Amino acid sequence: MNRPDLHDDPDAGWRALAEGLHGLRADPPATLRPAVLERVGLADAYLRVDGPAGPLLVAYNGRGISATAPGADETAFAERFQARFRRPLRPADRPPARLVAQVQRLLEPGRRGTPPRYDLRGTTAFEQAVLAKAQEIPRGQVRPYAWVAGELGQPSAVRAVGTALGRNPVPVLIPCHRVVGSDGRLTGYAWGVPYKRALLAAEGADPDELERLARRGTRFFGSDTTRIYCYPTCTQARRVTGPHLQRFGGVAEAAAAGYRPCRVCRPPALAG
Amino acid sequence: MNDNHRPELPARLARDLDGSFEELVVVHQRLVYGLALRVVGDRGDAEEVAQDTFERAYHALAGYETERVAAMRLRPWLARIALNLARNRLRRRPPAARALEDGDGQPLAVAAPATAEPAAVAERHEEQERWAGLLATLPRGWREAVVLRHVEGLPYAEVAEVLGRPVGTVKTHVHRGVRRLREQLQEREERTPR
Repeated sequence: MNRPDLHDDPDAGWRALAEGLHGLRADPPATLRPAVLERVGLADAYLRVDGPAGPLLVAYNGRGISATAPGADETAFAERFQARFRRPLRPADRPPARLVAQVQRLLEPGRRGTPPRYDLRGTTAFEQAVLAKAQEIPRGQVRPYAWVAGELGQPSAVRAVGTALGRNPVPVLIPCHRVVGSDGRLTGYAWGVPYKRALLAAEGADPDELERLARRGTRFFGSDTTRIYCYPTCTQARRVTGPHLQRFGGVAEAAAAGYRPCRVCRPPALAG
Repeated sequence: MNDNHRPELPARLARDLDGSFEELVVVHQRLVYGLALRVVGDRGDAEEVAQDTFERAYHALAGYETERVAAMRLRPWLARIALNLARNRLRRRPPAARALEDGDGQPLAVAAPATAEPAAVAERHEEQERWAGLLATLPRGWREAVVLRHVEGLPYAEVAEVLGRPVGTVKTHVHRGVRRLREQLQEREERTPR
């Protein structure tokens, strides 16, 4: 501000002032642009969390969690992410505490809280309905594809349900692993059947027992005291004590025995 | 950089918001951040105000009819959002606690790190601090008008649009602000021993 000619030249004062004020123009920090793009959902950041069956990579933006992948291979994750969503992805420099807490709560046994928000742009309305239905299945329990289709009022859309679950952009968090083959087998999973078994085991389900029931053709458990039939992993079914437990191979069999479907796990009723 | 250099940007935003939004950020981030910085005073707060401004703008643009977006004058519109958010933040700020940490309990990076700062850069920052201090002595209305006109270089018509005042009023405020600054500058000059 030491302009020596301030008194001699009447315009010098103004020039000094204009120059000084113009010098106040500030360059925005380099972090501004990526932060804005992430907040509006045009770019994503990712972080690594401890999943129930090993590390889990979680991508998110201001709209919610956009993608997950089991494992720790960040390069492969970034490549798959870009191929599918065509948005920039970068490692989070400061993981958002609220989101991390929500994810941890979701994965912890016995804890219920506000689930995280998901960014499901790019999925169809049907796919979103299927994913919402999968989220209704409690931890450690499984339901067949046909159950999801039936709940959505489209009982013939079993294959479409399988396809929609296979396209789940946020596996593990949206528990598509809790949906099993209509015969009860732990069939097809985008990340491999062993990983599906590991996730279910981590939630307290017994994958070997589930496979055994499927092989024996047991679809439902019933109680001869309540005369209600359930999916075998339903909490109601697990309360039935040994001598009262009945096994059914199908709805017709249960109905013929005079049993009605459980109102908690909602197995199909006999048509007609 | 202003709308005049990108006359087709509103039309492109109307056609493809997601495809063109980054360009909007690139073109206007300097104005939005700079304006926020002059109002709130610290860089961390200014960056948050700038982020909020663009987030608001995105959601507003997503909700407007395409004809409306295509006809927008983006620069004064963004400046107005930034100014309002910056004023709100200033009003909410508890006077004492602010200087110590930001909302997440992280120490604030108030200015550029003092370590390893080249002498020329340090000098420029010092110079900026002096000018910012001078500007801070103006009444708010004058200060905002002077910043928009002479720091950010907006034409009077746009300054008036941003501040929601008639052009004549805005010109008066700028002239009075500038006169006051010159007087103060002269006083300081006279106090400075040669």
